[in-house]
Amino acid sequence: MTGTLLNASGCLDALTAPEVARSLDAYVTKTVTPLPREGNPPVRIAETQAGMLNSIGLANPGIDRFLTRSLPQLAKLGIPLWVSVGGFEAAEYAEICSRLDDEQEVTAIELNVSCPNVEAPTESTTQIVAAARFATRKPLWAKLSPAVPDIAEVARAAHDAGADGLSLVNTIRGLKLDDRTLKPVLGTAVGGLSGPALKPVALAAVYACYRATGLPIVGMGGVWTGLDALQLIAAGARRVALGTVLFADPDAPSRIRSELAAEAAARGWSTPADAHGFAQEESLPIEATLDERSRV
Amino acid sequence: MRRERRRVVGTEQVGPYTLLRVERGGLDPGVPGQFFMLEAPGCLLPRPMSLCLAPAGELAFLIDPIGAGTRSLCSLEPRDTLAILGPLGNGFGLDVERPLLVGGGIGIAPLPYLSETLASPPAVLGFRSEWHAQAAELVPNAQVCVEPTLVTDLIPAEMDVLACGPEPMLEAVRLVAPTAQLAWEAPMACGHGACYGCAVEVGGELKRLCVEGPVLC
Repeated sequence: MTGTLLNASGCLDALTAPEVARSLDAYVTKTVTPLPREGNPPVRIAETQAGMLNSIGLANPGIDRFLTRSLPQLAKLGIPLWVSVGGFEAAEYAEICSRLDDEQEVTAIELNVSCPNVEAPTESTTQIVAAARFATRKPLWAKLSPAVPDIAEVARAAHDAGADGLSLVNTIRGLKLDDRTLKPVLGTAVGGLSGPALKPVALAAVYACYRATGLPIVGMGGVWTGLDALQLIAAGARRVALGTVLFADPDAPSRIRSELAAEAAARGWSTPADAHGFAQEESLPIEATLDERSRV
Repeated sequence: MRRERRRVVGTEQVGPYTLLRVERGGLDPGVPGQFFMLEAPGCLLPRPMSLCLAPAGELAFLIDPIGAGTRSLCSLEPRDTLAILGPLGNGFGLDVERPLLVGGGIGIAPLPYLSETLASPPAVLGFRSEWHAQAAELVPNAQVCVEPTLVTDLIPAEMDVLACGPEPMLEAVRLVAPTAQLAWEAPMACGHGACYGCAVEVGGELKRLCVEGPVLC
């Protein structure tokens, strides 16, 4: 399990690029909401110095069409499917989770409680995870935003509410101004920053949340090479998701997989799994937070 | 879906634009109007470029150096290499009886290859200056206008219009030729349907240009 590669939600369409999806260990869908959403007005994409901004706004066909049209086609891919679920209140997350509960093809559910491009859900992560937990027996992964004062606290709340794992991290808000006009490039002005600029943020979040909860973590944020993936595993991630790199290079999964094995081998590990949590100081209990550590 | 690494054969200046010629290798040039994602050295994301010409053994792209990615592509030199993914998207429908090619500015990029494929049909090309209009040399049988004259002033009736250009031009072309095939443009991160960045509103509906376009009717 450790060292397995997924895509970050919204960074791969398995139906238009099935061979890319099959080169991953599991496919995570674009976020599905109760009703269809057209998404945000163009311009939706802008490259920045070490990353990119997106403002897609959860464009998706809605859960009805997802279940009748997309899911049967995705099931034919023959790889585990994780469905990313979004909403604007806990009841909406619960509704979708309960409708996914009987779908044999669905391996796990990722709760997107942290999209930076739509209005935030009105309820807390605790309420959303708890409502979803009540609605499904499927493994639940909470996808968190690093743009909070203490992500470990949110991770603990998700754990307590019944999350089986954490997906870390979602994008953080960023703004690009046109060089000439000094006006925002994106249609919504502000968008979600992804790519290499996000990597240190992701590493810090994985590091803190693994210490805080010990939960299995899908690490993501700016992974471009096998070494990036190994670093997330060393920080505490079990799995690694590829995001922006899939836009630039759809062949990235096979390249990163072989680089990851080589980077682990170069350090004397027989598999990348042996690196799990290596960056954590072993003398400290996993439950200790950075604050507690500073008091030691 | 594999990216191929290809060597640059050369670049040529065409007015303000650069014609970037790369080795074709085993790459399929595709249908006119389809596009390729070109790795832009120093940039994170590749840039979508429609194929301009397909000389023997080569693929050629007409590029306007307006931003970091396009400037980087225009500064490539012979023997540099770049990763190429494509052809992608849907090109022009070629089953037309009375084709008329209509292009504006850098939007003429796919028209030389289209012209070649359709045996040099008449074309109407519009540019913002005489300097930009030098690119008209790439399209045979073309009537050229420079602002303030607009291409829509020159489109005869009852032609099968195949057009590419800036959005206002395409909207105007659609008014005078409602059945025109229009090649649209939008910033895109991936070119293969993943990012939803290139969604444009056409007829009140958002469409992903990379998989449903870039040519839309």
